[in-house]
Formats: sequence, C-alpha cells, structure tokens
Amino acid sequence: MSNTPQQQAGEPAEQNQIDSYRRKLLGGGAAIAGAAALGPGVFFTSVARAKPADQAVSSEVRWGFLIDANKCADNCDKCVTACNDEHNLTGFGRPETDAQWIRAVTLRDRKTGHTTKLPMMCQHCAHPPCVDVCPTGASFKRADGIVLVDKHICIGCRYCMMACPYKARSFVHETITNQQEYSPRGKGTVESCTLCVHRVDKGEIPACAEACPEKAILFGNLNDPGSDISQRMATEASTEVRGDLRLDLGVRYQGI
Amino acid sequence: MKPTTFREIDGTSKGYYVLLGLLGLILAAGLGSAYYMEHNGHWVTGMNNQIVWGMPHVFAVFLIVAASGALNVASISSVFGKTSYKPLAPLSGLLAIALLIGGLMVLVLDLGRPDRLIVAMTYYNFKSIFAWNMILYNGFLAIVIIYLWTMMQRKMNKYSKVAGFFAFIWRLALTIGTGSIFGFIVARQYYDAAIMAPMFVVMSFSFGLAFMLIVLLATYQWTGREIGSHIVSRLQRLQGLFVAAVLLFVVIFHLTNLYATQHHGVENFILAGDNIYSGLFWVGYLLLGTVFPLIICYAPAFRASIGWTAAAAVMVIAGGLSQMYMIIIGGQAYPMDLFPGKDVSSSFYDGVVASYAPSAPEVALGLGGTAVTFIAVMIAIKVLRFLPLSLANSQTDPHYSAEER
Repeated sequence: MSNTPQQQAGEPAEQNQIDSYRRKLLGGGAAIAGAAALGPGVFFTSVARAKPADQAVSSEVRWGFLIDANKCADNCDKCVTACNDEHNLTGFGRPETDAQWIRAVTLRDRKTGHTTKLPMMCQHCAHPPCVDVCPTGASFKRADGIVLVDKHICIGCRYCMMACPYKARSFVHETITNQQEYSPRGKGTVESCTLCVHRVDKGEIPACAEACPEKAILFGNLNDPGSDISQRMATEASTEVRGDLRLDLGVRYQGI
Repeated sequence: MKPTTFREIDGTSKGYYVLLGLLGLILAAGLGSAYYMEHNGHWVTGMNNQIVWGMPHVFAVFLIVAASGALNVASISSVFGKTSYKPLAPLSGLLAIALLIGGLMVLVLDLGRPDRLIVAMTYYNFKSIFAWNMILYNGFLAIVIIYLWTMMQRKMNKYSKVAGFFAFIWRLALTIGTGSIFGFIVARQYYDAAIMAPMFVVMSFSFGLAFMLIVLLATYQWTGREIGSHIVSRLQRLQGLFVAAVLLFVVIFHLTNLYATQHHGVENFILAGDNIYSGLFWVGYLLLGTVFPLIICYAPAFRASIGWTAAAAVMVIAGGLSQMYMIIIGGQAYPMDLFPGKDVSSSFYDGVVASYAPSAPEVALGLGGTAVTFIAVMIAIKVLRFLPLSLANSQTDPHYSAEER
C-alpha cells in the first residue's frame, strides 16, 4: 500500500532506489566537503533548487508559505482567481458545494474592531490530521511536506474534512469536466490546495504566490536557512494559525 | 425453569407479507435514492462542504451503535450467567447482525465512491480509527455468527460461553471505536473529548435494547406466543437503567464543557441556541428520549405493560436519533474557531453557523438501511429457530413456582 509519489508517477521503483542511494552517497560527500570548505549556508542553498524530474522527492526540502496579512489589499482576490484558473476550479453557481482551495478570510477583532484580511488554504501540516484519519491512506504527505490526496484510492468518506482544523478541503459534489491534466479531480473524492505541486516540481512557484501583486505570499524552502522565506522568518515575527494544535504548519502568517 | 423450545414463526399470514412488502418498498426507495445521489453527485443532498456528514451518517452511526447494544441480552446470559435472558440470546445475536448490516449499508452507499469498497477493504492506514472500525465491524459479524452457531447447534453449546465472552469484548471495542471517530477529532469544538467513547458504549446499551424490545414484543404479540410479566418487567427496568446511564454521561459531558470558558460558545449553541439542535436536545433527547422512558420504566403503574414498554422503546429510539443528529450535525454546524477572539467571514462560510436541511433521498437511504434490518430479522426468524415458543414466566423465571401464580 505504498503511495510514494515516485511510484504514482509511474517511474520504476528500482531505479529510484539506486538514484536515492547515489544521491545519499554524493550528498553525504558533498555535505562533508561543503561543511569543511564553504560553510553550511552554501550547501543548503544548493538543495533548495527544484529537483530534476527523475529524482524522488526529498525530506531535505520543506516547502511552505510566509503570508503577510498586512500587505493583503482590500477587494483584491487575485490569489483566489489565479488558483481557480490554474486548477480549473469552475463553480456551478452553488457556493455551498463548489470547491474552494484558497479563500480570502476577513478577521475583525471583537474588542478593538481592527480588521485584517488574509488568504487561507491547506496549511500543509507536518502532522496533518487529514492524513491521520484517512482510512485508506489516500490523504498523504510527500517527503517535502506537501499534503495531497491520491484521487485513485480516495473513497469519499469525508473524514479528512471533519478532521481538518482549517476547513481547507472540498468534496467534489458533481461531475467535473475540463480538468487540467496536471491537476486531476473527480466526483466523489476530496481535494484541496496542492501547493501547485506540478509547478513546484518544475522549479516554479505556486500560482497564488505568483499572482499576488503585493508580494504578500512568499514561497520557499523552510529547511534552507539561506532561503528568502527562512531569512524573513528568522528576523520578523510570524505565527501559525491554531498553533495550539502543534501541527507544525508549512504556512505561517504575519500581521495577525 | 422449564427447558426452552425454539421454533420458527409461521410467517404465512397476510400481515407478515404486508409488513415485508412495506419494508421492501422502503428499501427500494433507499436504494433508488443512493443511486440518485451517486449519479448526480452529492450536491443534490442537503450536505455541502461545511456539513460533510448528514442524515445518512445519523442513521448509520445510530444503527451501528445499536447493533452492538442489541447483543447485550445475549451477553448478560452467557457472560454474566443470568438465566432469565438465555431464551432471548439467539434473537439478540440475530438483531445485532441485522442492525450492523443495515447501518453499514447506509454508510457505504453514502460514500463519494461506493464502487471503491474494495479499496477500503484492501488499503489500510492503521493510524485511522476509521480503518480500525472496518476491521471491528467485519470481525463483529464473523464473531456473532460463530456465537449464534454455538448457541443454536447443540453439540457446539459447550463453546457458547467462550464465544459469548469474546463477542462481548469485541462489541465493547466496536462501540469505543465508533465513539472515538468523534472523540479523536481535534479540530472541532464539540468533539475532541475522550468521554465520547464510553458515552457511545452506554448509548449502545440503551438503543440496542430498545430495538430488541420492539422486535421481541411485536413478534410475540403478532404471532400470539406467550410472553410473561417476568421477562417484560426485567427488560423494562434494564431499559430504564441504560437510559439513566446515558443521561449521566450526557450530564458529565456538558458540565465539563460548561466549566471551560473556551467551550461556552459551542455549549451555548447546542443547549440554548436559536436552532434545531437545542430543540432536539431538550425536547427530543431529554424529554422524549429520557424523562418519559424513565417514568414508564420505573413507575409502578406501567410495570410489565407490554404496550407501555414498547412505547418507551420507541421513545428511546426517537430520543437517540435526536441525540445523534445533535452530535453529528450540530457539531459540524458550529463554526470552527480558527481565530479565537475574532469575528471571521469569508466566501467559504467561515465564522457562520453552517446550514443543513436533510433532503428526501438522504432520509430514504437511512430508512432503507433500517428496513434491511427488519427484513433480515423477519426472514431469519421464519427459516431458523431463533424464538422460543413461549416466554411465559415458567420459562424465564428461575424462582418460578406454580403456587405463586
């Protein structure tokens, strides 16, 4: 019942094992050399690049977002539109059952009246409740921290939707047409933000981050201390939504 | 006590076939509804992305919980050695199987992809309580079938105590597993409570016995077999005890929540909200499903009355369904507290009470599962010897003597 992404992509597992072994060996050598000669920063920056298509996903990378709610402009929904366009999330004019992978949320402090706006999507938890509760293992987390649904073994029980603390998931309530080949969907299964895994694997950034005119959504490798996202998080305050649950989120917010 | 003689029912009367036909129609409506929902997609139901589990789950969980409780009478006789209940043990096992099959049918037919049932049986994520439950449900069916075999096949009788003990442990695990489906959900304010597991266990005692009483009393009335005051009043008091035990757990559950400030919002919503859930709690669960049955089960005026005991059982079932609706739907309707201290709004119904109105197909599917249960029982008692010819006091009361009559 293994669902490693490389097997889903239809690549021979054996080849991947050899590759993985080689990578570990070379990576180990490079780490020693890098640590000795150049210092850790340079080495870590090198693994932050997108992986070649024939390489397995590695836990050396942890993809994530840093979202600055202070920059999120009123009446702007470009991230939402970009996501809908990217994944062809065309609605049926039924907001209660139409899928939403990202949504603009407005917060108003009950005491002070201060309002904040932010985009909310799958938080790509390190300990995702949706993965814990999924009976078949259709909800899974890739080694690089991206939480996905395997549409082939999802039975549509919706337990993950019950368990997600972020309301991040949608159930496909009706027949879907015009799917994007890189973003398969299907009636009767559950889906959510894929962190635009098809783009990330090619070295591009997710559609919402790309579309944000204010650059409020910063995408990057949380495991790389030299990445922009890590540097920003090291010097500026940021927080997790419902951090009390200790889920170690891939998405952090500023200004809330 | 005289030895018990078990006999099939005749099952040739007009009433038998009319009832079977009616149940068949309900089942057909349920299956048709399932096809309609799957063909069109779930948008035709009342369920949506906020209320993801609807009326089918209310019925399914209720029937599954009742299934393990229906086995109680058999457990009391085999495990705890109460001879009064021994003549009822085979019916108890049969009803347990029938209820579980009915409940599982509803659960499976409401899946987004019921065609992938084989996937659910072959891919297991053992951290998921749902996956455990699939094993617990299938195992329960197998164990109770074996248990019935040890009870009904004379040369196997010597194993029936062992089988009964094993079935009893398994049924406890099953209901703990079902309650933990909700108990393990950390995300939502109304769930995430360990007490859910034992609360579901006592709920199962109560709902299962209520089904048992209805089937038993109706069958004996309609077939003209004798049922004595001894067994009726014992079961009546047992039902009262179970109803009181559920009440105890409900009180503890709510008191715990009311003590913690962070749960005041959801408690206020469930207990004092301007919504259906508060009505279901006070009128459905508390008044109809608890207070009235307690009076009927314990007030001397109703002692051993077949009519009133059956009425109490029907009320327990109505109250139990109210309670299940309140837990499953109400727990989802209350908005999740993503940002404590903030009013939240979005296009995805953040911060607002989710709306849900059960659609006709959902209700039909739930009733269809219930019909399966009764159809299975009706056919089984006609072809196999599940029911004692008589449940007169001489058959059930170990202290019975003719002079006392």
